Amino acid sequence: MTLRRKYEEKFFRGLSFLFTALIVFVLFQIIWTIAKKGIPSLSWQIISQEPKGGFYFGKEGGILNAIAGSFYLAVCSTILAFVISLPVALFMNIYLIRYQRLLIGIRFFLDVLWGVPSIVYGAFGFTLLMYFGYRNSLGAGIITVASMITPIMIRAMDEVLKTIPIGLQEASYALGSTKTETAYKIFFREALPGFATAILLAFGRGIGDAASVLFTAGYTDYIPHSFSEPTATLPLAIFFQLSSPIEEVQNRAYAASVILTLIVLVLSISARLLKLKK
Amino acid sequence: MKATGFNLKKPPMILTRKLTDSISSKWMITCITFCLLLPLAIGAGLVFKSIPLLSTHKLSELIFSEDWYPSDNQFGFWPFIVTSVWVTVLALLISMPLCLLSSIYLTQYAPAWFLKFMRPVMDILAGIPSVVYGVWGLLVVVPFVGDKLAPLFNADSLGYSILAGALVLSVMTIPYILNMLLEVFRQIPVELGEASLSLGATKWETIKHIFLRKGSPGILSAFGLGFSKALGETIAVLMVIGNVVQIPQSVFDSGYTLPGLIANNYGEMMSIPSYDSALMFGALLLFAIIIVINIIFRYIIYKSELV
Repeated sequence: MTLRRKYEEKFFRGLSFLFTALIVFVLFQIIWTIAKKGIPSLSWQIISQEPKGGFYFGKEGGILNAIAGSFYLAVCSTILAFVISLPVALFMNIYLIRYQRLLIGIRFFLDVLWGVPSIVYGAFGFTLLMYFGYRNSLGAGIITVASMITPIMIRAMDEVLKTIPIGLQEASYALGSTKTETAYKIFFREALPGFATAILLAFGRGIGDAASVLFTAGYTDYIPHSFSEPTATLPLAIFFQLSSPIEEVQNRAYAASVILTLIVLVLSISARLLKLKK
Repeated sequence: MKATGFNLKKPPMILTRKLTDSISSKWMITCITFCLLLPLAIGAGLVFKSIPLLSTHKLSELIFSEDWYPSDNQFGFWPFIVTSVWVTVLALLISMPLCLLSSIYLTQYAPAWFLKFMRPVMDILAGIPSVVYGVWGLLVVVPFVGDKLAPLFNADSLGYSILAGALVLSVMTIPYILNMLLEVFRQIPVELGEASLSLGATKWETIKHIFLRKGSPGILSAFGLGFSKALGETIAVLMVIGNVVQIPQSVFDSGYTLPGLIANNYGEMMSIPSYDSALMFGALLLFAIIIVINIIFRYIIYKSELV
């Protein structure tokens, strides 16, 4: 019996290590595949030019329209989400701190909201667009993506604010400050490093998501100049170019995947570094 | 008052401060109301759009019918629902043992630096956009399934299959499930394990009989939430599954998932009557299923944290 126990222990220890190693291996395999396929077709032309005539038949041009569009979209929707999330997260941790049951309810609700897939946000955004009679546009994409990342951002900020001791709040009141001053001058400053992580997380979500912008932001060969124009995005550029039968166009999709992966890598690593610093 | 010698700055007007406070708290309440109303608005909007379809078709017919001929005004969602469930269940079957054993390894056996190393690995896996997973799936998983696995089982397949979708999806759910499992194991008190070890149990027996039992609500919820996450995944699965409207007979068959259906048909939906209503009904279906799953498993987590 003892022998069996010993071998069972060894077996599962080995197996669990093997599975962990497999996960790490898969990640490196993904990055390696994307890099191997995409880096040869990566060139300055692809990054710095908009699509030109015959672009979709493999002629000249680049995906600057998608890169710029993605950045506009992700930056604006992150800002918009931040403007909404910050008051909500502060409200939960300052005004509602005495109402624990309500607070638990709201957190529960936001967690559930987190699970809603982006395609549903996309479909809903599209319904709204149709209802108001607008066309696909950068603005519509921004609003859709912002509503998708807001619950994520609120919960991430809330987790940071939760760790601030209540004594700090009481001390601030004792000195005569109002709740708003406590919120924006004390809590905001205290939680700022943590907020940076939350923002990076939400930004990464916003720049990588395809399903929500598919019908709301549209697609175009030009860099948008106003919120009412449609815009291209990197995920959709990859998706559309990959479905082309022409090899040059497909190669550009691989190059675009490298760019997108690189952006996400930089984002997650800097978020992790920020966390370590704290 | 000059005698005190203190150089007091003049405090800002109390009225302005009070006004700022009242405006700011109103804005906070506006924002939180907006956030709380958003899902209701989504639900209401989707219901509103699906009413035209629901008024001409029976609900049970929509869900259980196999006939999907939009141009003949026949909308049976059954093939999409079946495919979605197949892909998701298969993906979870692959990722569940991986995540469970790996979370056990990371919390029980591994040195601390290894867990530290795994955190960024999980971050990156979670951060890689869905479309990049799709590209990886096309480059690696589809040929692997088509050229290696299918001949092994004497199946005829191009590789664009349920299995390919499930493999890609399983990788995508790993960081999500693993993260929650790590949290579950972290919350189990160390004394429980020590008590078991001191009674002569091996490490693995302790894990098997104590940790798995103690953590079972959390583990179950992690899998449940992983399921709902996988069910809503769109682009990556769309790219590797083949998109054929049929009820798959084996894992090597192509299929068409519900989110994929919504994503793929926006261009042409205007030309066919009640097509847009049908797609919105699809979105509503997805939304309702995922919300219900989320509420159930979040509730289990909430209850288990109370004890």
